[in-house]
Amino acid sequence: MHSTTSEPPAPDAAPVPLLATAEQALKIAVVGGFGVGKTTLVRSVSEIRPLNTEETMTRAGDGVDDLDGVEAKRSTTVAFDFGRITLDATSVLYVFGAPGQERFWFLWDRLFSGALGAVVLVDTRRLADSFYAIDRLEAQGTPFVVAHNDFGESSHGLDEVRSALDLDPGVPLVRCDARERDSAKQVLIALVRHVRSLVTEGSR
Amino acid sequence: MSRSHRQEGPDRLYVITSGRSTGADESLDAVTLIVAESEPAPGMQSEHAEILRMCGSGPMAVVEISAHLRLPVAVVRILLTDLLDSGRVTARHPRPAPSPATPLASPDVLEKVLVALHNL
Repeated sequence: MHSTTSEPPAPDAAPVPLLATAEQALKIAVVGGFGVGKTTLVRSVSEIRPLNTEETMTRAGDGVDDLDGVEAKRSTTVAFDFGRITLDATSVLYVFGAPGQERFWFLWDRLFSGALGAVVLVDTRRLADSFYAIDRLEAQGTPFVVAHNDFGESSHGLDEVRSALDLDPGVPLVRCDARERDSAKQVLIALVRHVRSLVTEGSR
Repeated sequence: MSRSHRQEGPDRLYVITSGRSTGADESLDAVTLIVAESEPAPGMQSEHAEILRMCGSGPMAVVEISAHLRLPVAVVRILLTDLLDSGRVTARHPRPAPSPATPLASPDVLEKVLVALHNL
């Protein structure tokens, strides 16, 4: 049985500093509904135990992303977790796992601005949780792939998933088992390859 | 759940930031790397001292500092701005990040990421 609930934050892990020469940090966002395996995927690829923190922001009421001219402001807090992968002496990649529902997105605009791209993690029980994230990523032009996390128990064909998500044919859809390091790693590779192909197309 | 800033009242956060909720250096990205340029000094606010200790043996990203201090990223940005202003830390910002105008990373960067991921 795999757990489908978010995991409690790791007990205090000592900070693990980066190489002294690290100067360039990159980020990839993994978004999806609760329990879809975001933390699991982050843990599978991370060189440190995933860390958990939160971002707060004073914002307007529900569904309003524009902060200008708001009357009733309130503070909203969203927890997220992340791991990291040292790429070489100077570069490090941070992988963020974050809930993708509409009410959280205004925070991601800030946290994930400048990300290389995003992985939308879906499972077939909660496909609807990812609709907003997909729309949003498409609208803002952030490159992304969709990964169907089936925890090794595939029961749906990827074609079915693609059609249920009404996914653009240009968006890669891959299957993964987020618990497996190699499988999780292949998802990130699929994303970076996708971004590379977009760069190549763009420069043609 | 282990102890977390989530269970703490806003009063502690108010004290830590001396009541400030704005004034943070807006260029501080979630993954800006922070390097300590001095040792913690006596009498320093404990969170400032903790950041200097944390970033004394190597760079650390803003989000990592936030996670280890168990303080929201927004609060850590304010604390880091204090330390930047007094020259006690320096920041290594992400280089020309993809933006709405140029949403794609450079081919060199992508190649580097691919190689590293393959080697994981």
